[in-house]
Amino acid sequence: MNTLEFTLVVALGSFVAGMLGSLTGLGGGVVIVPLLTLVFGVDIRYAIGASLVSVIATSSGAAAAYLREGYSNMRVGMFLEIATTVGAVCGAFLAGYLHTSVIAIVFGVVLLYSAYASTHTLADPAAGMAPDRIATMLRLDSSYPTADGLKSYHVRHVPLGFGLMYVAGVLSGLLGIGSGAVKVLAMDQAMKIPFKVSTTTSNFMIGVTAAASAGIYLRRGYIDPGLAMPVMLGVLAGALVGAKILPGAKVRTLRIVFGVVIAALAIEMIFQGVRGKL
Amino acid sequence: MSDATGGAVMDGKVDDKSVEIFLGKLLRWGVLLAALVVFGGGVWFLAESYDVQQNYRTFRGEPAELRAVPQIVRQAMALRPLGLIQFGLLLLIATPVARVLFSVLGFGLERDWMYVVLTLLVLALLVYTLTSGAGT
Repeated sequence: MNTLEFTLVVALGSFVAGMLGSLTGLGGGVVIVPLLTLVFGVDIRYAIGASLVSVIATSSGAAAAYLREGYSNMRVGMFLEIATTVGAVCGAFLAGYLHTSVIAIVFGVVLLYSAYASTHTLADPAAGMAPDRIATMLRLDSSYPTADGLKSYHVRHVPLGFGLMYVAGVLSGLLGIGSGAVKVLAMDQAMKIPFKVSTTTSNFMIGVTAAASAGIYLRRGYIDPGLAMPVMLGVLAGALVGAKILPGAKVRTLRIVFGVVIAALAIEMIFQGVRGKL
Repeated sequence: MSDATGGAVMDGKVDDKSVEIFLGKLLRWGVLLAALVVFGGGVWFLAESYDVQQNYRTFRGEPAELRAVPQIVRQAMALRPLGLIQFGLLLLIATPVARVLFSVLGFGLERDWMYVVLTLLVLALLVYTLTSGAGT
């Protein structure tokens, strides 16, 4: 393949990844690295660099739509970003020392978890819990708009959520993904933040987290302009189209199909990693 | 209130919501601008080297002029196609950084000093990763 053909094919693949990612709410980032490494034979370091860039693009691009809704909690986001950015820097450092096969295997395991999490929708945390001391001190409690007016909520288990967010940051920096699945685990499950609030707040955090590791990847020469260009433009365009057709889409079926695709890619990543081929 | 941010300032009160709407717009314009620069550089790059065989199978790492911020800006100024793409990517990386910067101002206007400090911490870390030789 010459450069023109390669660029067009990668752009098309990224477009589909971005569209599916936006329709299913999983983000396009999770499939970019397997797509580039397994299908196009790209070195995993270049693939992670390009993926990080596309993660920032979708996060910042979707922010305007998310923020108008008034669900996101800026204090929760900013407080947890300390954990995710420190984690991202650690993860990006780690990526420089770990063998690419190890990175591929870790990637596969995280991918499997994401596939599992995407098909299991969690129940919205119960409302009406007592305030938490640390959350009160950090002024994390807030309210969000519902059909019956503003509904207030209390944030719980701040240290556990903060710790999990650090892990999400490490994975993001190590693998070049948004780590949406781990962020949901931390905010919905541990901190008991309402689903709509956690989704919109996490979208915002994903961009900041990815920017922290993107800086290091750029300095290290992992971000190739010729490769990142079609990936970023493709994912961004796909995410925009996905958001437009979302209201009429059969999201449930898509989620299952995408979940199966992700699981297959995950197993292949682990297999190739163990064989030392990535 | 057509412009939420302007309206809030005129009312003499700034809340999370108006700051967030402004930030959302800022991010969207930032991404659009970055995408345009990347697209422009990309078209130019393809026009020049569409027939070259690319090899991403073996990792070599980018040359020094496409790694650090000052060099990338210089390459973009010299209108090198790859430099332009990299500059566009730099603009993209800058959008969340700008968001954090404006959050500092937003919390400042709300006189929430604890969050001004926490946000400055995040900002310092972001600037550090982009400008220092950390991890290289």
